[in-house]
Amino acid sequence: MSTLETIASLVYLVSAFCYVIGVHLMRSPKTAKNGNRLSFVGMILAVIMILFQLISSGRVQATAWIVLLAGLLLGIIYGVMRARKVPMTDVPQLVSLFNAVGGGAAAVIGVFDYVTASGHLSLILSIPVVLDVIIGGITFSGSLIATGKLSGKVSGKPINFPGAKVINILVVIAIVIAAFLMISGTENPWYLLLALFASLIFGLLMTLPIGGADMPVVVSLLNAFTGLAVAFAGFVIDNQVLIIAGALVGAAGTILTLQMADAMNRSVANILAGGFGTGDSESSSASDGAPVKVTETSADDIGLQLAYAHNVMIVPGYGLAAAQAQHEVAELAKLLTDNGINVDYAIHPVAGRMPGHMNVLLADVNVPYDQLKQLDDANSMFTNTDVSLVIGANDVTNPLARESGNPISGMPILDVDKSKSVVVIKRSMSTGYAGVQNPLFSLDNTKMFFADAKKGLQDIIASTKEYINQ
Amino acid sequence: MSEELYANLAIFVLSLLVGFEVMSKIPSTLQTPMMSGANAIHGVVVVGAFAIAAEANNWLLYILVFFAALFAAINVSGGYTVTDRMLGMFDRKPSDKKEADK
Repeated sequence: MSTLETIASLVYLVSAFCYVIGVHLMRSPKTAKNGNRLSFVGMILAVIMILFQLISSGRVQATAWIVLLAGLLLGIIYGVMRARKVPMTDVPQLVSLFNAVGGGAAAVIGVFDYVTASGHLSLILSIPVVLDVIIGGITFSGSLIATGKLSGKVSGKPINFPGAKVINILVVIAIVIAAFLMISGTENPWYLLLALFASLIFGLLMTLPIGGADMPVVVSLLNAFTGLAVAFAGFVIDNQVLIIAGALVGAAGTILTLQMADAMNRSVANILAGGFGTGDSESSSASDGAPVKVTETSADDIGLQLAYAHNVMIVPGYGLAAAQAQHEVAELAKLLTDNGINVDYAIHPVAGRMPGHMNVLLADVNVPYDQLKQLDDANSMFTNTDVSLVIGANDVTNPLARESGNPISGMPILDVDKSKSVVVIKRSMSTGYAGVQNPLFSLDNTKMFFADAKKGLQDIIASTKEYINQ
Repeated sequence: MSEELYANLAIFVLSLLVGFEVMSKIPSTLQTPMMSGANAIHGVVVVGAFAIAAEANNWLLYILVFFAALFAAINVSGGYTVTDRMLGMFDRKPSDKKEADK
């Protein structure tokens, strides 16, 4: 090993150390920010080292420098701009987009190596190249579809078409054949193209039939896949920092995926087999037979109810995030607390679009951290709650989850029905992602206010002000 | 199997184990930021984009280098920025309210 190589190896080791400790620190809210910054320091070290290695090798063509630096510059400008400007509600799809390009980059490295190897790619070294291209290709197209579904550009509904199973099998066979041909030694760019295109199509087919509610889990799974693709890219170019970081993300991402699926009471296998309401459609159709009787209310009545309550619990859901009504909800809460009313937020683990997403959204509008109550704490408070204000949440409050035999059985829920009175702000009676009617809406102590979360809250704030000022 | 490949394989397997181990139960509050943070770490693929640039000597390879660099740079720069923004939400105390308001 030359001196430079020794230094490089040691620097990469320090950088790998930063990633591992960084992930470790990110497990607690207090140290999470420093954890991420430590991992960033590791990244900078690795980039400086490889830059130094390239310069000192003197082998890089001028054109290669230009395209490399141009790509980096454009990528950094685009990445930082999107990350800075994105509203917190749209973070999930942005993460998915970043994941897609990461997988794409890994796949491109595999393709590059296969093209340049021409004849001297040994059997054993061709395996990582094949895996890199295939996994990278799958995560690239799969994550792009996930981005589309989360942002509403692709329908969030599970998309199924006749013959999908047959096509799936054909695509898998194509991938296996292409992989076998690439590994068997005879090099041919067509094998590579076949593997790449089949993988891209597979990523598409894998993600399309999955419903929007399950997307977070899919994004997390694809994130772990990208980690593996990057690790294989590390084998391809014989760089250990890629192997360590990639494997770390692959493993940690897998655990994270399982935990997320757990929080949503879904199994990863079920999700991949094709979401809610497709496999077990009989249960959802059985429940939407008879029209449900509900009591409607108005912003004026809600204002009166809130102004004379002692304890108010706000239950925010996806509808709140979709309507961008975080500011309004924070304003209403402040109005109530300023007048001596206790206000808390009951945060379901999967409220919003991803586990923990609602906490981020509310923190963004300066809701005090101690008002955010997690599932168990919130459930112990509902019996003392005068008014539960459910805003755009549905499945996470559905008492049916306590019974067996329906798609949401066993899912942890917020016991909103135990509070003295419930007000549900919702746009319509439509069901949530699970496709199940919510008996909470027809309870005697539940009143429905059909409105867009933002507009509805503005009206409620106005009427509450009137009653409080009386 | 060459010694080099064996070493890489050992590193790979051990890193997987570290990944499983370091990721015990995390609060759901942190799951989204954690995913985003892990996403940023696999942006290390940018090092790979540098590495292949050394071998590029025709137009096809230059195009591949460009896309590898572009994609990886978006992943790494965006990934860290958005994770940092998300985590910044957590350490904001009620007393900072005034300054945080735009």
